[in-house]
Amino acid sequence: MDTLYLDNAATTPLHPKALAAMMPFLEGKFHNPNSVYGPARAVRQAIDEARAVVASAIGARPDEIFFTGSGTEADNWALNGVMTASPEKRHVITSSVEHHGVLYTCRALEKRGYDVTYLPVDADGLVNPDDLREALRPDTALVSVIMANNEVGTIQPLTALTEITRRNNIPFHTDAIQAVGHIPVDVNALGVDMLALSAHKFGGPNGVGALYIRKGTPVSPLIYGGAQERGRRAGTENAAGIVGMAEALSLTMKEMPHENPRVSALRDKLIAQITSKIPHVKLNGHPTQRLPGNVNISFKFIEGESLLLHLDMQGCCASTGSACSSGALEPSHVLMAMGLPHAMANGAIRFSFGCGNTDADIGRLMAMLVPSVERLRAMSPLYDDYIAASI
Amino acid sequence: MEYSEKVIDHFMNPRNVGEIEDADGVGTVGNEKCGDIMRFYIRVEDGVITDARFKTFGCGAAVATSSIATEMVRGKTLQEAVRISNKAVMDALDGLPAAKAHCSCLAEEALHAALRDYAQKTGIVIDGLKAPEEHKH
Repeated sequence: MDTLYLDNAATTPLHPKALAAMMPFLEGKFHNPNSVYGPARAVRQAIDEARAVVASAIGARPDEIFFTGSGTEADNWALNGVMTASPEKRHVITSSVEHHGVLYTCRALEKRGYDVTYLPVDADGLVNPDDLREALRPDTALVSVIMANNEVGTIQPLTALTEITRRNNIPFHTDAIQAVGHIPVDVNALGVDMLALSAHKFGGPNGVGALYIRKGTPVSPLIYGGAQERGRRAGTENAAGIVGMAEALSLTMKEMPHENPRVSALRDKLIAQITSKIPHVKLNGHPTQRLPGNVNISFKFIEGESLLLHLDMQGCCASTGSACSSGALEPSHVLMAMGLPHAMANGAIRFSFGCGNTDADIGRLMAMLVPSVERLRAMSPLYDDYIAASI
Repeated sequence: MEYSEKVIDHFMNPRNVGEIEDADGVGTVGNEKCGDIMRFYIRVEDGVITDARFKTFGCGAAVATSSIATEMVRGKTLQEAVRISNKAVMDALDGLPAAKAHCSCLAEEALHAALRDYAQKTGIVIDGLKAPEEHKH
């Protein structure tokens, strides 16, 4: 049985061309790019070229790109780095639907005595710019709002927010980990000062990401111990990972003009099929302003993990941010912030399409999904109660 | 997180799913907030549980613990049934991931809730019956 992979928002398969680009740096070109001799300079040059590719993909300058070990590391760095660089400022503003990379960093900042404002979102997952305006304080050091939500796929119009921070001279960071390589991202058009991205979300390898830092933004170094990444993130570079990321990004940028509409069509078709063929479901996230590959659906009367397990037994990989999966017994903070009742938040499943998916996958999924939902509802006391109440 | 083969078996092929019409005891525990709701139905004849069925809203472990708990109580006397612990349920499934241990407690509570309902309806005293728990999940 072929696996039906619908979890591309978690990670994407490594693009064969990215792997091919990486191989020389795992084999012969092992030299430390910080050494002076010829073979080392060749590795250095490859890293410089990769930096230029990543910069150009998001409209930045190469000297504004800092390679990291992951997108989460980039998020951590952006927040902690700005707070450390501006000790007199004690306040951070973020949204209530951030990835844990930002959310947990904010909670850690709170423990260290900082104030954090978590902006609410509407039912579609969007931040209201008026709420940002009202949350600003004289000691606000940073605003961080996710560009495209990892759970529900809602794309935040960032310019409405960055207009405000620019006017007030406050640095703006965005977690664009789900966005880069999937929708156009231009740091200048967006008006952001920092932006986190991650290679394995667009066909690159795991273990490499980057932080864009606009020149002049006050950000403290993340790791001390060398001149790498201009002394701000020391440690011998992951040359293979960096080259793989650049190759994958360059390919994905070329493919975006046709892949974006193709994957969006898969998304819309799956949403239409689920909402027409399965009763008591709800699409989570913005109906149109959403990532091309993201489908997040709540199946009422069913707990998400049980449906996920059913699909897993049939060879389908999807994801849930629901209660039991984390062991934390807390439903997704994103869905709760969007105002979903607990029962609906617990029954949410994310399917995420990528370049490997085709139209045939929708039929395969529906053939698994419809009977699984029926079976789980048949054993749900909530469904009984609903039927009893409606008779 | 790894489920045992037994958990997967009881999740994919749950035993005794359903209701008992005019059950002698019915108990529901859990709530939507914590993500698990279990409803147990029992039929009691001459002090012996002759049938047990369940309906569960919850994760794989919640369904599997419900399923195996109904198997474990069938044919037991009320006094034997009341002594079935959450640990016994967990052991019967070859264990549960640490984060899912609460599901076995929920199964024990659901069984006790059904037994309590039976005791209340009939006035029969069952030694060792637990009081309803304020749900802490």
